Amino acid sequence: MNKIGKPNLEIFSETLLSEAKKNKDIIVVTSDSRGSGKLVPFGKELPDQIIEVGIAEQNLVGVSSGLAAGGKIVFGVSPASFLTARSLEQIKNDVAYSNRNVSLIGISAGISYGQLGSTHHSIHDFATLRAINNMTIVAPADNFEASQAIKQSISYDHPLYIRYGKKPMMDIHPPGTEFKIGKSIVVKKGEDLTIVATGETLQRAYLASEILKESNIHCSIISMHTIKPFDKKTFLEFSKNSKAILTVEEHSIFGGLGECCASLIAQNNINVKLKILGIPDEYMINGSQADVLDHYNMSPEKIAEISKDLLNK
Amino acid sequence: MDLNQLKIKSLEYRKAILDIIYKSGAGHTGGSLSCIDILNVLYNKVLDINPKNFNEKDRNHYIHSKGHSVEALYTVLCDQGFFSRKDLEKLNHFNSHFIGHPTRKILGIEHNTGALGHGLSVAVGLALSKKIDQKTNKVFSLLGDGELSEGSVWEACTTASKYQLDNLIVIIDRNDLQITGKTEEVNPIEPIDKKFEAFGFETISTNGNNISELLNVFKEIPISKNKPTVIIAKTTKGSGVSFIENQINWHHKVPSEDEYGRAVSELNEKLNSYE
Repeated sequence: MNKIGKPNLEIFSETLLSEAKKNKDIIVVTSDSRGSGKLVPFGKELPDQIIEVGIAEQNLVGVSSGLAAGGKIVFGVSPASFLTARSLEQIKNDVAYSNRNVSLIGISAGISYGQLGSTHHSIHDFATLRAINNMTIVAPADNFEASQAIKQSISYDHPLYIRYGKKPMMDIHPPGTEFKIGKSIVVKKGEDLTIVATGETLQRAYLASEILKESNIHCSIISMHTIKPFDKKTFLEFSKNSKAILTVEEHSIFGGLGECCASLIAQNNINVKLKILGIPDEYMINGSQADVLDHYNMSPEKIAEISKDLLNK
Repeated sequence: MDLNQLKIKSLEYRKAILDIIYKSGAGHTGGSLSCIDILNVLYNKVLDINPKNFNEKDRNHYIHSKGHSVEALYTVLCDQGFFSRKDLEKLNHFNSHFIGHPTRKILGIEHNTGALGHGLSVAVGLALSKKIDQKTNKVFSLLGDGELSEGSVWEACTTASKYQLDNLIVIIDRNDLQITGKTEEVNPIEPIDKKFEAFGFETISTNGNNISELLNVFKEIPISKNKPTVIIAKTTKGSGVSFIENQINWHHKVPSEDEYGRAVSELNEKLNSYE
């Protein structure tokens, strides 16, 4: 049984603090979000490396861009819901179009805020940012991916968005796994079905594969931690050699991982069944992150059941 | 460069702005003419930004937040040697980097602008980076008066004030007009000075089309230690060409052949008076 680790958000803040202690050019910008971003220790230990702009997300992105123009390694940290909707034009113009090396950190992403409701959910961030040229989008799954994403972001010469959730995550990857922004991780290989998951839904896909194994169904599991640039090569290779593809994401079914996969399958003339799991286009049900994901067919049991249906088993 | 030479520059710049807009068939004529004297003084007397030091980190910076007046910026950067006039004549051509708003694809341009209300936050970030590095470099940003309706401008002001950015100089091109009509009729923004004062800025008002007044104002900054400065530069939209001045329809009107000829004649007459 895999060990349950820490919330990815905690891994983010610990990794960033450790890196920032070694590099005084690392500057964090917050919008009254240091508590939610687990950055209180950062603020206490490195007060000269944190800029607080108050509840002003548009300004947070613009100021981050300016700091990057001044040679700083900048992390703009704000709830993913506000950062990628309210500040979308600043992300588009001041970060992506102006080509500034800013890492935007969307905290409590997806439906991490659960019962706080749709104002606080970011089930649009993949879709909006995918349509913005020159943006990289990363959704780490477990603690390993969470820390690697931050370590690599420091030298990543490109506008970047990373989203983090706040619930403890199961360790998926064994020691020695290689993480590279833009390159997916093949968690396991199986000849029947490929489940492609991103971010915090990976552990659900992984648990589903364990259930399927009991029925003698063998899955491949791909951690598609980078939504853009998309690892087409790995995805196409598995699409060509699988009986079915199932995608799982904590995001709207529109414009995210699933539709990206669908587009690739269609445009490469691959004859494979595809099912997209995500949040449907409806007035969302209220509940905790776990309950809402379960409700929308993303419990391990339901993922396993849908996988069987796809395979007609 | 003395006062007369700067005044001559302003007339030549006006001719160049009209020329590139006329030839390319598009541009923001009114706003470029209103801010050209400010850019003239900045680039020839204040900023010390040139093609040689542009890629250096420790220098002054200029963010052209009212990005639509890019023809004024192109004209001055061209004169400073950032690119040739031949390059600039590719304005609005297919596959040219010289487009209707500034982009960093062109040497001399600090930041991609065009959507209003963005430049000041970026200037604040740059000014913060100078403070963090304990450098004395300054950051200047030019905003339009209509742009002040954007809420993000005021978000940026709170941060400028909080971090006591006396290395930040905001200039408002107060030409009283925006695309729909008079700013005070579209969405009143006065009292601009009191608003900026309330946000923690030192405020100076000047005639933004008067070279000697501009020179004096830039000598005074920063007025107070620990406070950002705003210069409210009262200008005339379309300044320098009688039939373009204060005309709403010249926001982005392109001169006809006849209008171009008349405008150049007017400016040549003024230039002749210096010879």
